[in-house]
Amino acid sequence: MSEPLFEIRDLKLHFPIYGGLLRHQIGSVKAVDGVSFDIFKGETLGLVGESGCGKSSCGRGLLRLSEPSSGEVVFDGRQVTALSHKEMRAIRTRMQMVFQDPQASLNPRMTVSEIISEPLNEHANLKRRALIARVCELMDAVGLNRAFLNRYPSSFSGGQRQRIGIARALALNPDFIVCDEPIAALDVSIQAQVVNLLKDLQEQFSLTYLFISHDLSMVRHIADRVAVMYLGKIVELADTELLYQRPSHPYSKALLSAVPGAVASRRADAPREVLKGDLPSPANPPKGCNFCTRCPHVMDICRTTEPELKAVAPGQYSACHLND
Amino acid sequence: MPPRGLASERNNHWLPHPYPGVGFTDLRPLLKETDKMSNSHLEKPTTAGIHASAPLFEVRDLETVIHTRSGTVHAVNSVSFEINAGETLGVVGESGSGKSVTMMSLIRLLASPPVELRGGQVLLGGEDLLKLDEGALRDLRGKKVGFVFQDPMTSLNPVFTVGFQLMEPLRQHLGMSRRGAHDRAVELLALVGIPDPARRVDEYPHQFSGGMRQRVMIAMALACDPAVLIADEPTTALDVTIQAQIIELMRELQSKLGMAVIWVTHDLNVVREIADRVLVMYAGQVIEHGPVDALFAQPAHPYTRALLATMPRAGGAKQERLRAIEGMPPILTEAPQSCAFRARCGHARARCAQELPRRQPLSNGHDVACHYPLREVAEHV
Ligand SMILES: Nc1ncnc2c1ncn2[C@@H]1O[C@H](COP(=O)(O)OP(=O)(O)OP(=O)(O)O)[C@@H](O)[C@H]1O
Ligand SMILES: Nc1ncnc2c1ncn2[C@@H]1O[C@H](COP(=O)(O)OP(=O)(O)OP(=O)(O)O)[C@@H](O)[C@H]1O
Ligand code: SF4
Ligand SMILES: [Mg+2]
Ligand SMILES: [Mg+2]
Repeated sequence: MSEPLFEIRDLKLHFPIYGGLLRHQIGSVKAVDGVSFDIFKGETLGLVGESGCGKSSCGRGLLRLSEPSSGEVVFDGRQVTALSHKEMRAIRTRMQMVFQDPQASLNPRMTVSEIISEPLNEHANLKRRALIARVCELMDAVGLNRAFLNRYPSSFSGGQRQRIGIARALALNPDFIVCDEPIAALDVSIQAQVVNLLKDLQEQFSLTYLFISHDLSMVRHIADRVAVMYLGKIVELADTELLYQRPSHPYSKALLSAVPGAVASRRADAPREVLKGDLPSPANPPKGCNFCTRCPHVMDICRTTEPELKAVAPGQYSACHLND
Repeated sequence: MPPRGLASERNNHWLPHPYPGVGFTDLRPLLKETDKMSNSHLEKPTTAGIHASAPLFEVRDLETVIHTRSGTVHAVNSVSFEINAGETLGVVGESGSGKSVTMMSLIRLLASPPVELRGGQVLLGGEDLLKLDEGALRDLRGKKVGFVFQDPMTSLNPVFTVGFQLMEPLRQHLGMSRRGAHDRAVELLALVGIPDPARRVDEYPHQFSGGMRQRVMIAMALACDPAVLIADEPTTALDVTIQAQIIELMRELQSKLGMAVIWVTHDLNVVREIADRVLVMYAGQVIEHGPVDALFAQPAHPYTRALLATMPRAGGAKQERLRAIEGMPPILTEAPQSCAFRARCGHARARCAQELPRRQPLSNGHDVACHYPLREVAEHV
């Protein structure tokens, strides 16, 4: 395998909770609670898991769009967490993010052309003509009509806005992109177009992606490896086909059993399997294994000791006491 | 600091709270049995044995245009459909085909100008919503019609806590006490699967994850037991398990209250699972409509067929490239005068460029707007 582009060690992102009369800190939301993994050059690492488990926070933490509470992020040999703002700004041209909430992430007072060309203006020296040509090229690539160049975000549909975000992230030919639910608002045909584009660019420029998505069929299609997150921790990390064919962690098994379309039509008799038990709060995760409150195989040790992420097969890591 | 093009936290142009609501209205007298499609396997207890003459909700020839500096956009062109109590209508179609503008037009949620509702009728229990005055409309949003927006951050106000926004309609329109509304808000958050709801109720929208915001929207829409729920991509940010939970919740309300649901989504697996009937939109028009099984088995419009063929295969071998529909939809500077799909259609003939295809019945409630509808069974099934 190629060398790592990102090395993440024990990354934590905690958000303080304030309360009481004096509004002092009374606890914290452990959105990301000690994750360690590598992302290799040229690969697509899928990141999946329940809503609220910390996927977006993890992606933002890698780019320092949210400041990590502790841990190390090494990008191409450099400690991202130790960089000054100026150095960070320079290195950000190499790493971009497609944001989950397209509406909230686009400035409503800038036209599409201004939004897409902003990073180019800031970091590349292009003449006006070349700039417009580049913007048009990007709009073509994501299937947006060039005639909409001077429109504002509010006059686009949900899916069109999402594509503006993608075009913007691609503008500077970055090495690495965090794609946070990049295709969630797109119809299947345009999803296909965008995913094909991401793959083509990856081949051409050996781009690396962290691909956050809840669409498990699409993750299977695009990812080389997949990390499964649960309540701020990575519970399984495996080569894609291994994970889909024989998931190891009980949570991965539950998650994959719920993939729609595995059964053509489920409406008649079988209701979908919904995980039993409440999803614990990341402000107050259970002791021991985070999954112990809902796991069908829970044992005594699970309630006291946290399982470590260990190899269970070549290319497959899982954090569960059943492996011991 | 993030660059200027990215609104740092979130932008603050939000819509006023759309649905101050009041309690559950008994719609059973309006329910209709005879028109129900082939969905007898889905038990809808409230509809059993009750007859009435008109569907619960009926949209006729809706026309919506948007005036912009560079001309008029004909976003919705003569859209018609109806829905009965207890039924689920799935709405699918290309990105930009006018699904959201149609839905927002139904309860006049779009700012005018630039949007103009040019014509048509939107009948709820026989009353034309397009004729109601603003006050009556405000009463209705949330009282009878719940709405989930595609973009949660535009409709959640960033400066108020989630709880405040959930409580407001409960207090104002159900006359609940502060305490009561607070408890109900916590309960609603729990219903949509937000962990630790008692604490989270006092947090602000930006402290919620993308999927949690979407669930807050759903909780708001369901708060007052609406007769009609219009949900625009309500579960795009949700993983399958929570999506399943939301679908179950919706079904429960549907069978308990006979709620009619209009569910806009691009997720064809979800449509197949929950819809009784499906409406397919393209270029602001309804180009095909029918019972879900018939439509999936025998899509008659070339666009529908192409759309279904792009569905990634779930099991089986990994495809190297995903299939996409070539070409782009037309820019709607005028209402289509001929078939809007013809430039991308493999079956187009001369007539397609000359004459606008109108919706024509095929069989059993299945209709299509195409001059040369496809008749064979689709390969993809
Ligand atoms: N700025 C913030 N302040 C406080 N809590 C936050 C903040 N941002 C995120 N959180 C919390 O951190 C947890 C993880 O959020 P995150 O957005 O990373 O989830 P996610 O996995 O991306 O979920 P989704 O699939 O719903 O987008 C959630 O409980 C969320 O409420
Ligand atoms: N304020 C506006 N000004 C100009 N054009 C607009 C405006 N709002 C929407 N449109 C255009 O109207 C068309 C229909 O938009 P709509 O949001 O209804 O699409 P949609 O079917 O919901 O798509 P998606 O699946 O991407 O959400 C789009 O082409 C869009 O660009
Ligand atoms: S460690 Fe225990 S509780 Fe956690 S997943 Fe494994 S068996 Fe279940
Ligand atoms: Mg997220
Ligand atoms: Mg839309």
